[in-house]
Amino acid sequence: MLIEYIIPRMDFSAAGKASTDMKRRLTQLGLPVALIKRIAIAMYEAEMNVAIHGDGGKAEVEILEDCISTRFTDKGPGIADIELAMQEGFSTASEEIRNMGFGAGMGLPNMKRNADELIIQSEPGRGTTVIMRFKLQTGEL
Amino acid sequence: MRASAIAHVLNAEVITCQELADDLEIITACGSDMMSDVIAFVKDRVALLTGLTNPQVIRTAELMDIRLIIFVRGKKPSSEMIQMAKEQSIMLMSTQDSMFIACGKLYQAGIMGDIAYQAR
Ligand SMILES: Nc1ncnc2c1ncn2[C@@H]1O[C@H](COP(=O)(O)OP(=O)(O)OP(=O)(O)O)[C@@H](O)[C@H]1O
Ligand SMILES: [Mg+2]
Repeated sequence: MLIEYIIPRMDFSAAGKASTDMKRRLTQLGLPVALIKRIAIAMYEAEMNVAIHGDGGKAEVEILEDCISTRFTDKGPGIADIELAMQEGFSTASEEIRNMGFGAGMGLPNMKRNADELIIQSEPGRGTTVIMRFKLQTGEL
Repeated sequence: MRASAIAHVLNAEVITCQELADDLEIITACGSDMMSDVIAFVKDRVALLTGLTNPQVIRTAELMDIRLIIFVRGKKPSSEMIQMAKEQSIMLMSTQDSMFIACGKLYQAGIMGDIAYQAR
């Protein structure tokens, strides 16, 4: 099953809809609560980054037999130094964004902590792709 | 501590889900205006204190299973936020106290916060 979400840029009332919708769907599928929470949190951070830093983009979620695979793509400015961006507290968010409650520099670390696998592909000027995978135990689905 | 007792301690106005006040048990609290910080630290049965009033506060609460949000400095949520909170049965309150004072009052009343802020 493949589910796709459009993530509009800088839309603070729409942002977060993909992850909250996924949380509801996965709850309906009856997955373990702790796993659902990890997925929802990691997706939320990725979604906010696409909306805030990536100029908007999309999220694709694939529910497979052995894992849930998510991919976030945008055609924004990209990330010049991924290792630096991964550090806790690193953020390029503007004052305005900080006043909205974002820019703690905790999003990527939160994604790393909650996903079983995190892959970031980015090229300055061309955009960013973030892939996160969450393992499923046999019989969980 | 029950949500009703928290409302009393903070002299807070209950905005949504008054009916939950006597059942909702809060063990600890988190005061922050940064949503990713809330996501990084919060564990279970937490009240969120914040000065931020945009829909992302409710979304974060929904993701983190936070059932009580307390707006400090007399801040009031928008009607959109109130609607979202009602749909998710999230209790909203508003107190005139500042973040510092509100956190201090709750700490003094016995909410110590050792569960939410475990070292990672
Ligand atoms: N999709 C993206 N496109 C461009 N830059 C990005 C993208 N995602 C992250 N970044 C860069 O990486 C930095 C760190 O991201 P991270 O999510 O950890 O923190 P933040 O978004 O700044 O703050 P927070 O997530 O705590 O609200 C960002 O400030 C930004 O510079
Ligand atoms: Mg972020």
